[in-house]
Amino acid sequence: MAESIKDKVAIIGMGCTKFGELWDKSVSDLMVDATYEAFEDAGVEAKDIDAAWVGHWNEASGCTGMSLAGTLGLQYKPVTRLENACATGSDCLRSAAYAVACGACDMALAVGAEKLKDMGMIGLPHQVPLGTPNLVTAISAPGLFAMVATSYFHRYGLSPQEGKRMLAHIPVKSHHNGALNPKAHFQKELTIEQVINAPTVAWPLGVFDCCGVSDGAAAAIVVRAADARSFRKDPVLIKSLRICTNPADGSRRNDFDFTHIEATHRAGQAAYAEAGITNPREDISMAEVHDCFSINEAVIMEDLQFSGRGRVKEDLESGFFNLDGGLPVQPSGGLKCFGHPVAASGLRMLYEMYKQLQGKAGARQIKDPKLGLTQNMGGHPADNVISCVIVGL
Amino acid sequence: MIGITSYGAYVPLHRLDRSELTRAWGGVMGFPVPGEKAVASYDEDTVTMGVEASRDCTSGTDPNAIDALFFASTTHPYSEKQSSAIASAVLDLRRESRVVDFGGSLRAGSIAVSCALDSLNAASANSALVIASDTRLGAPAGLMEQAFGDGAAAILLGKQKVIASILGTHSISDEFSGVWRADTDTFVRSWEDRMILDTDYSVLLPEVMSAVMDKCGLKAGDFAKAVYYPPLDVRAHARLARAMGFDPGQVQDPMFMTVGNTGTAMTLMMLVAALEDARPGDKILFANYGNGADAFALEVTDAIEGARGRRGMKAHMESKRMLTNYEKYLRWRSLLPLEPAQRPELSPTSISALRRDRKEILGLYGVKCRKCGTPQYRPPASAGGRTPSRICVMCQAKDDFEDYRFADKRGRIFNFTHDSIATSPDPPATNVIVDFDGGGRGMFDLTDREPDEVEIGMPVEMTFRKLFFDRGIHNYYWRARPIRVKGTEV
Repeated sequence: MAESIKDKVAIIGMGCTKFGELWDKSVSDLMVDATYEAFEDAGVEAKDIDAAWVGHWNEASGCTGMSLAGTLGLQYKPVTRLENACATGSDCLRSAAYAVACGACDMALAVGAEKLKDMGMIGLPHQVPLGTPNLVTAISAPGLFAMVATSYFHRYGLSPQEGKRMLAHIPVKSHHNGALNPKAHFQKELTIEQVINAPTVAWPLGVFDCCGVSDGAAAAIVVRAADARSFRKDPVLIKSLRICTNPADGSRRNDFDFTHIEATHRAGQAAYAEAGITNPREDISMAEVHDCFSINEAVIMEDLQFSGRGRVKEDLESGFFNLDGGLPVQPSGGLKCFGHPVAASGLRMLYEMYKQLQGKAGARQIKDPKLGLTQNMGGHPADNVISCVIVGL
Repeated sequence: MIGITSYGAYVPLHRLDRSELTRAWGGVMGFPVPGEKAVASYDEDTVTMGVEASRDCTSGTDPNAIDALFFASTTHPYSEKQSSAIASAVLDLRRESRVVDFGGSLRAGSIAVSCALDSLNAASANSALVIASDTRLGAPAGLMEQAFGDGAAAILLGKQKVIASILGTHSISDEFSGVWRADTDTFVRSWEDRMILDTDYSVLLPEVMSAVMDKCGLKAGDFAKAVYYPPLDVRAHARLARAMGFDPGQVQDPMFMTVGNTGTAMTLMMLVAALEDARPGDKILFANYGNGADAFALEVTDAIEGARGRRGMKAHMESKRMLTNYEKYLRWRSLLPLEPAQRPELSPTSISALRRDRKEILGLYGVKCRKCGTPQYRPPASAGGRTPSRICVMCQAKDDFEDYRFADKRGRIFNFTHDSIATSPDPPATNVIVDFDGGGRGMFDLTDREPDEVEIGMPVEMTFRKLFFDRGIHNYYWRARPIRVKGTEV
């Protein structure tokens, strides 16, 4: 019988760079900045780390464990590069946490770092295995998620105008939060009308329905929960760590509806079971989720059972997910405003939950949070890998 | 009896009004040229149009019964790789069928017909498919740009259920070709057309037509239709009819006003149009020109009525969309250097992957699970770079499939997007999830679409297209399109 990770591992230090178009920073600069903030936060040094997992989605950001070992000068430690698309950072945390939980090491480091803005053009570089036939127009990531919006509007009888207005609440809320966050890529408020009237990227999604492409890095240091208080008085405990990978079947089987993401739903279910949560809408205090596109955040709210099926519109319109709402979502600004350096995003989300739980979130501080949830989605609506992490004090 | 057993044609959806060319260039030497021309879409070429015409011609025919495929064109996409082999793979002919490319002359199509008849007469084949397709380029601002159109035709020749029997043939070969293109040329060249018409066109065509009539004991008045090649100056086509003694009603329209001169495909497209109107007992004179001339006397049989119901020329001609501007034509034909899209480059196309997955890519084959009965398309590429899965998507049975071809299945749009930042010569790129009738799903580009008309539930059919040309490789694959011929959406 598999055991739960709940309360076995604690996070004792975290770091996160400012995200953005960091023309003057290399990927090594970003990893040094994020890990040394975490070292300082935990009161430890590089030599104290027994093992490390470093995440890069794109090979342009680094290959093998050497990218981190060489950058930090880690002396002959087990260091592994991990890649699981946008779930990479959270999966690094999972590996590090499992390693300390099973006693294979005492202190482990998880780092996610991505340098995307050295390409000379917008968007993400292609990353497909050599020899993959090019069979469909290079459909953009916005295009793939736009299909979910098309299906969602159709299923729930929303006209394109009604659907776009519903979705507009999502970036408007995130921009409000991002404007309060000095490390965010975008720190400017938006209005519903600005979102609705923005140029179309992939119909029906407009520019402000899409997150930016950013450079950045984030890091976490974990130890066994029993050891945590020797490092700090307010360690953050891991309540659940879940990865759920779909069998790449959404564009092959006729019964996938494109109005939800099955793996998000299942990752959430598994995480709630592991953490002993029965009523997520009430029990979760706050969440950072994978709002690569506004429509994805909308269906995540339903998949994670924060909203009923087809009911997210009511919660968006009532401000339930706002910073002062019943369940604040994206208090940091989310991918939309904090930015999205792919492999760093999972740990960046965790960084916000960590600071909020410790009461150190400044102008964005949520009152007395108990449990924070992070969720990442790597891939596309039809083919994806989902991470779901729950943390608490 | 030996003769034609089926016919098919293809005219691309898009037409360019020649007034657009006059707008751009002020006409030819100051004179506007009337009418419109058919323009292959940016994702069409000689091979894809030939495939379309062949699918029209062979629908309902067992591909295993076709012993030879002859592909005629002056614009084969490769100098060293057969168009006929590509078409054979797409049409799913068996490996033993003989595939041959014919080229080098606008007469390539009729030469292919002669060779097909020889194969049938020699009993080395019982059924032979002849395809003629061309996408010739005239240099911008010239008469040939005005005159040339794109299109394809296919005829099946055989011994069973002959719809038009061959009464006689005659051929002349000649070194002279007043219209030509060197191997380094992009555009077709022409000598002074008055010289071509006076010394060759108006001499050779009457000579072969008269010869075949003499062989068969027929006179001009015996033919219901005379189908013969129109030169660049289409007025000479009518003059030749008068010289031969054909009434205007006997002369098959050379389609200058509606399609333009489609090169190798021209006379076969006209022949298809003639067969569509033909009645049992009609005699048709079919003659072609270029580096010599060919003529065939045909007699339509009672079986013609059983061969109807194809899109042929009529339905394709009626289904059209005007290209709104000449600049789009220049872009589609790659005649203008454009700023590259500010998007990541495609990874190189892998010949070994194309070979390994050719059944899925060229034949649009999927599978049907023997355990749970689910038809499924197994895309050779996806986000994770997966190759065709050997595990059933529904019941996870391993390697327990039978073949299931999606190429001829229709489907409906499950959902879609119009992607403005995807690189496309016709933005926005429309991508759709197609749910196939009878089961199975896939993601495809939607081509020949009007973005405003795309909606969930829209019926679509599959069409073989060229996605792009990159590093020497023409990358062919299937796309979805709205049902081309209206009224057949059921």
